[in-house]
Amino acid sequence: MNKLELIATLKNEANISKAEAAKVVEIFFGNMAEALSEGERVEIRGLCSFFVKDYKSYIGRNPKTGEKVVITPKKLPFFKCGKELKERVDY
Amino acid sequence: MALTKAHIVNNIQNRLCFSRKKSIELVETLLEIMKKSLENGENVLITGFGKFCVNEKRERRGRNPATGEPMTLAPRRVVTFKCSGKLRDKIDKKEQRKQTR
Repeated sequence: MNKLELIATLKNEANISKAEAAKVVEIFFGNMAEALSEGERVEIRGLCSFFVKDYKSYIGRNPKTGEKVVITPKKLPFFKCGKELKERVDY
Repeated sequence: MALTKAHIVNNIQNRLCFSRKKSIELVETLLEIMKKSLENGENVLITGFGKFCVNEKRERRGRNPATGEPMTLAPRRVVTFKCSGKLRDKIDKKEQRKQTR
């Protein structure tokens, strides 16, 4: 399912216009992206939580050539599946 | 402070002029659609944000960390998240990033 399908399904299930559904989806993911870019945690009960993890600089290797490369410090979002979602997705 | 559903509901209410009740309903409906899709084994792909993937894990041998006893872990399904390049750059505040893969 992609963003457009998500918007279309929301439109049908919530009885709102397509433009409104698109805005709801934009705000939802926009808010999460914004919070994460400010280093803030995101916690959506039942679905998931995110926090930003700091990775230090390290020396890695190019797996193809075996060459050493310096990996600069970076920040990545870390995803943790929510309890309800976890239980529903599993068999 | 963490961003929660309540903040998102507030933003939807203020920016789209829906009632409080309708805004809550919209967020819950959206979450339910995503959860249902993942439950059915279908990935949810959000351009510019990331991809929620359903992964099948095979049966494997593990150990009870408390007792050290070997045990078999049953096959299971888990959700993983793959961050989009756009979101990654936004969080990392880097305009351009060398392709590391």
